[in-house]
Amino acid sequence: MTERTMAQALNAALSDALADPSVVLLGEDVGMTGGVFRVTDGLRETFGGDRVIDTPVAESGIIGAAFGMAVAGMRPIAELQFMGFSYPGYDQIVNHVSRIRNRSRHRFTAPLVIRIPYGGGIGAAEHHSESFETIYTHVPGLKVVVPSRPIDAKGLLASAIADPDPVIFLEPIRAYRAIKEDVPDAPYLTPIGVASIERTGSDVTLIAYGAMMKETRQAAELLGANGVDAEVIDLRTLVPLDVETIVASVQNTGRAVVIHEAPRTTGFGAEIAALIGEKALYSLKAPVERVTGWDVVVPLRRAEKHYTPGVDRIVNATMRTMES
Amino acid sequence: MPQDTLQILAPNGELVGDPPIDLDRIRELYEAMVVARVYDRKCTAMQKQGRLATYAPFEGQEACQIGAVAPLNADDWVVATYRDAGAMWFAGYPMVNLILGRTGDERGGKTPEGINVLPPSITVGGHMIHAVGTAWADKLQDTGRVSLTMFGDGATSEGDFHEAMNFAGVFDTPTVFFCQNNGWAISLPFEQQTAAESLVDKAVGYGMRGVRIDGNDLLAVVAAATTATEDARAGRGPTFIEAMTYRVGPHTTADDPGRYRTETLTDQWRAKDPIDRVRVYLEAQGQWTEAWEAGIAQAASQQVEDAVAEAEALEPFTGDEIFSAMFAEPTLPLLDQREMLRRDGP
Repeated sequence: MTERTMAQALNAALSDALADPSVVLLGEDVGMTGGVFRVTDGLRETFGGDRVIDTPVAESGIIGAAFGMAVAGMRPIAELQFMGFSYPGYDQIVNHVSRIRNRSRHRFTAPLVIRIPYGGGIGAAEHHSESFETIYTHVPGLKVVVPSRPIDAKGLLASAIADPDPVIFLEPIRAYRAIKEDVPDAPYLTPIGVASIERTGSDVTLIAYGAMMKETRQAAELLGANGVDAEVIDLRTLVPLDVETIVASVQNTGRAVVIHEAPRTTGFGAEIAALIGEKALYSLKAPVERVTGWDVVVPLRRAEKHYTPGVDRIVNATMRTMES
Repeated sequence: MPQDTLQILAPNGELVGDPPIDLDRIRELYEAMVVARVYDRKCTAMQKQGRLATYAPFEGQEACQIGAVAPLNADDWVVATYRDAGAMWFAGYPMVNLILGRTGDERGGKTPEGINVLPPSITVGGHMIHAVGTAWADKLQDTGRVSLTMFGDGATSEGDFHEAMNFAGVFDTPTVFFCQNNGWAISLPFEQQTAAESLVDKAVGYGMRGVRIDGNDLLAVVAAATTATEDARAGRGPTFIEAMTYRVGPHTTADDPGRYRTETLTDQWRAKDPIDRVRVYLEAQGQWTEAWEAGIAQAASQQVEDAVAEAEALEPFTGDEIFSAMFAEPTLPLLDQREMLRRDGP
């Protein structure tokens, strides 16, 4: 065990994976500088510039080339710098990465991982704070994974690299260094498609993922101190979604609050609320609450606090569900 | 043709340069061009009978279709487009797969093991970078394979072209970029596609070798493709080939070229037909007879008929099967949706 941040845990997973010569890492500034968030720090020195590759500034080129490498039998890991810079590569993801298995009926596959830092909270420039995960969850043929803590980050990234299909791996920017915890030194796999019940409770189910887990955990503690026993689910994977865990929990608690920092309309919370409506409606004691970002461009640093859901909003929404 | 355009066999069938291959090989490639043309015309005819979905003919481009692929090994990569059925077939992609695809069936995309021809790219331009990726993988893994990507003049206007060419140049990948400049991108003529005088000039901007050739001259195509392929295989990096040709047919069977061009220019290009000139040459060498050609054409026609019959005999996908190739194993939500389709029907 070593105490690690999420950035360090991801670095450990990448280092483990690079022991396999078919794995390569490519992206802008991933080599010499170790990436804009230093997640790939030191890997070029260990594995060489042919394996940890600094590319020209071209997101579509990075993903398209990684796709070709994957089709040819390698296991590329592409790093994009920010979600707001991922859109030039979206055509490759939607039209090719997600489809080649179906297009060729399993003859050609694209087992690549596209790592995308996402979300706000660091007061960055425009385009650096976005949380548009649903543009990826909506695309058939992609898996979408979002760790919230170091221990899961390492195991989920290892699973994503080993997965026979393409994985969009979303890394919450403000969680890169916010939490430290003990992470096993040996390689291990955390399964994709399995949510984590972080805290059991009987009154209400709080469902979140990624960076919002921090506020959700804090809210659960605060609620507990006020006599509300909250169950906390960290989804960890958005596609394929662990429907069973969500439904079982809500059937038990009868109340649900979904939390994400993405915009509200057709955000992932809508999917969760709909699933609860389909599969657990008669267990509900109150309407499902959504605590989300707004349908606005993420405000810049000075007003960003109005956008990102805080502990108070989660607590207030939860207390509303407790009224009925 | 502009002066810096490589030509070996003139439109009148006379040699103006040194042939890169011997007469036996020329006969083989001639036969392949004839098969390609028969296939192409047959597909257009069958589309009109309602037996195939929209078809994009390559008539007039047979020298490119066959010549670009001619120097490849059986396991080299071919990453091409919806207008490259001739090239894909000659590279080992079965005719029945091509036909299946045109009947609207994903199983057409299931290339046989050992053949590395990707299913055709339907979007314009996004596929060229894939041939950089496959080539890059082969370079890193030292397989000795080469990746050929084929595209048209229209694709060079896409940003994807720039990124693919730039990556190939920077990482020195064994990729052959084969551009069939056929004069038209649906209705847009080359002059409106770019202000550049020629596309081959772009190669220098990527630190890449570039060569412009008469794309209706089989021998010029084979010569340029062979050099580019050998360079790539020997670790000398990518080449950009601009083959000057002409789409004498419509963009697809859904297109009406009468809306945007006259037949005058098309007729001029028909006079430079890539098959005719090889026939004249072979005949002068005592290597061609009408009976031989008729036999090839008859066999090709039968092959297409058989492929269509085989495709039509295949039962369409069941509802279950549409869920079966999204992932290596269907996810639980997909299985749930499959149940919904079973339960409620379409």
